[in-house]
Amino acid sequence: MNLKSEILNFEKIMEKFQTITSTYVPLPIENVDTDQIIPARFLKSTTREGFGDNLFADWRYDKEGNPKPDFVLNNPLYSGEVLVAGKNFGSGSSREHAAWAIGGYGFKVVVSSFFADIFRNNALNNGILPVVVSEKFLSELFVSVNSNPQATVTVNLEEQTISNNETGTVESFEINSYKKECLMKGLDDIDFLLSNRDKIEEYEKNRLFAYE
Amino acid sequence: MKTLFDKIWDAHVVATVKDGPTQLYIDRHLCHEVTSPQAFAGLRARGLTVFRPKQTTLTADHNIPTMWQNRPIRDSISRFQVETLARNASDFGLTYYGLNNPRNGIVHVIGPENGYTQPGMTIVCGDSHTSTHGAFGAIAFGIGTSEVEMVLASQCILQTRPKTMRINFEGKLDENVSAKDMALYMISQLTTGGATGYFVEYAGEAVRNLTMEERMTLCNLSIEMGARGGLVAPDETTFNYIKGREFAPKGEKWEKALAYWKTLKSDEGAVFDKEVTFDVTKIRPMITYGTNPGMGIPIDGTIPHLDEIDEAGKISFEKSLNYMGFAPGEKLEGKQIDYVFLGSCTNGRIEDFRVFTNYVKGKKKAGNVTAWLVPGSWQVRKQIEAEGLDKILEEAGFELRQPGCSACLAMNDDKVPAGKYAVSTSNRNFEGRQGPGARTILAGPLVAAAAAVNGKITEP
Ligand code: SF4
Repeated sequence: MNLKSEILNFEKIMEKFQTITSTYVPLPIENVDTDQIIPARFLKSTTREGFGDNLFADWRYDKEGNPKPDFVLNNPLYSGEVLVAGKNFGSGSSREHAAWAIGGYGFKVVVSSFFADIFRNNALNNGILPVVVSEKFLSELFVSVNSNPQATVTVNLEEQTISNNETGTVESFEINSYKKECLMKGLDDIDFLLSNRDKIEEYEKNRLFAYE
Repeated sequence: MKTLFDKIWDAHVVATVKDGPTQLYIDRHLCHEVTSPQAFAGLRARGLTVFRPKQTTLTADHNIPTMWQNRPIRDSISRFQVETLARNASDFGLTYYGLNNPRNGIVHVIGPENGYTQPGMTIVCGDSHTSTHGAFGAIAFGIGTSEVEMVLASQCILQTRPKTMRINFEGKLDENVSAKDMALYMISQLTTGGATGYFVEYAGEAVRNLTMEERMTLCNLSIEMGARGGLVAPDETTFNYIKGREFAPKGEKWEKALAYWKTLKSDEGAVFDKEVTFDVTKIRPMITYGTNPGMGIPIDGTIPHLDEIDEAGKISFEKSLNYMGFAPGEKLEGKQIDYVFLGSCTNGRIEDFRVFTNYVKGKKKAGNVTAWLVPGSWQVRKQIEAEGLDKILEEAGFELRQPGCSACLAMNDDKVPAGKYAVSTSNRNFEGRQGPGARTILAGPLVAAAAAVNGKITEP
């Protein structure tokens, strides 16, 4: 079965990912964990909606709920569909609420030199593209946006490239072709797994050891 | 020549997507109230049932009070989340250990103690500390909610095969050094992203000598250095622990399982993508000073100086110390603390309570300390009572609470107030983890006991 026919049956639930050129929001902090992205007390919801308002809540709002002016999301100079963050973004908890918060806020791409595994999967499963760049490319992005908040990046999924449009530097990034196709077509994994049920039953009959 | 990880992984491959992930079969699936409701909603929206309902078990742990569990949960949003879990269990025909059920407790505590976790299995849960179950020689890892839905719908998950790493702990541990100290030491050496992309096998003399509960503590913290999971090859210690537990195989089935489990070890000469060795005789009781679990030092050590930190990490380092109210180059020994939390899926089992109780026996809790002692499950609590530890704790001025995740993530009322210091046996010292503004110092149960009695950080 080739990949195309496998995923043609998918239900279209995510927005298709297209090439993005956008200003970006810099967050030059390393090891941003999912507790910072969305603190635990906001995890009580039973739906996927509304998490964007509490993205980075403890950095973004003071005790009274007023925006802290020194946090980048509250700085009108910076905006865009791309978040650029320090090394090891998304470590910690497996909460997919972190991806929902980032997507809910309006980010479509997160750029860093390194992502935690579970966060990366969660992002992809929600149509958000994690782009891994070199440390050098990352620090240049911070420099560019520092001198010009209107600096932009272009993320081209088809070509698997990201460009710093201030400096003209281009870097390519990795993504497996299955996930790439899912993102470009706005498809998800579940129907693929379901279309495979006969294989699952076959596996259950023939497996090395069956647990009760 | 295969590693243990390879053997278990290969035994669970249903299919491989061309240029893509592996479709992996899942033997056991655990769910809790926080990361599952959207997955069940997804099933409903697609008109699906649970594919293999016997292989999923539910428990309420994250969002529950640790007092008065027999009364309705006061926080209406929390109550609704727990009720949603109960409703999903009954709608989809799944086993659910709700509040006050004798099998209720933290998801990673009840799996092993009921014999539900077994060698050679693939185990997932919408929770990163699922790595705990790796202690039994299982591939166990945390997943997101979309993946929870995949498992419910198909008993499978799509995963990219991780690389393998072996971490050898050689030598004999000092008496007052615990598995928690081993883990905090390891993460301080490898950093919080040091094992990202890898699945770790723990090996070596010091690991072989650990009890099952200690192995669980070690594997539990695998995720804190970014590893997909961590496992220990099963041996007599493992088999003795499992034998006779509620869901363990019995009779002929036990013999059959045992024969299989005995094949579960890395072949001599199997190659790992990365190999690291630690000499455990160098490990001292550990504490953390910063806001990620990699920021650990020996209890009598000093916080690094600014010039020891690389350029890109300086902003984060300073932000972290600023949050904690500590200065570079400072010593933590002797610092006054305000809270002590004994509990969580890292250190909330009976052996942890024994260690803590043994230290505080005949002493008194310091007046400046609020202590939360939260067993990992009802079975742990029953065992505490059976051994009379609760009486000893009471005499020393401590009170035992009811099981749950509690102050580990502070979703319930057990929140450390802003600016206060908590010595915590849990796994994460992230900003705000134990409540907005709370300052967490991670440690093992023995260091926590010393802090509770002395009111400050002291060598146990
Ligand atoms: S005790 Fe803490 S780490 Fe463990 S499952 Fe609960 S919240 Fe997660």
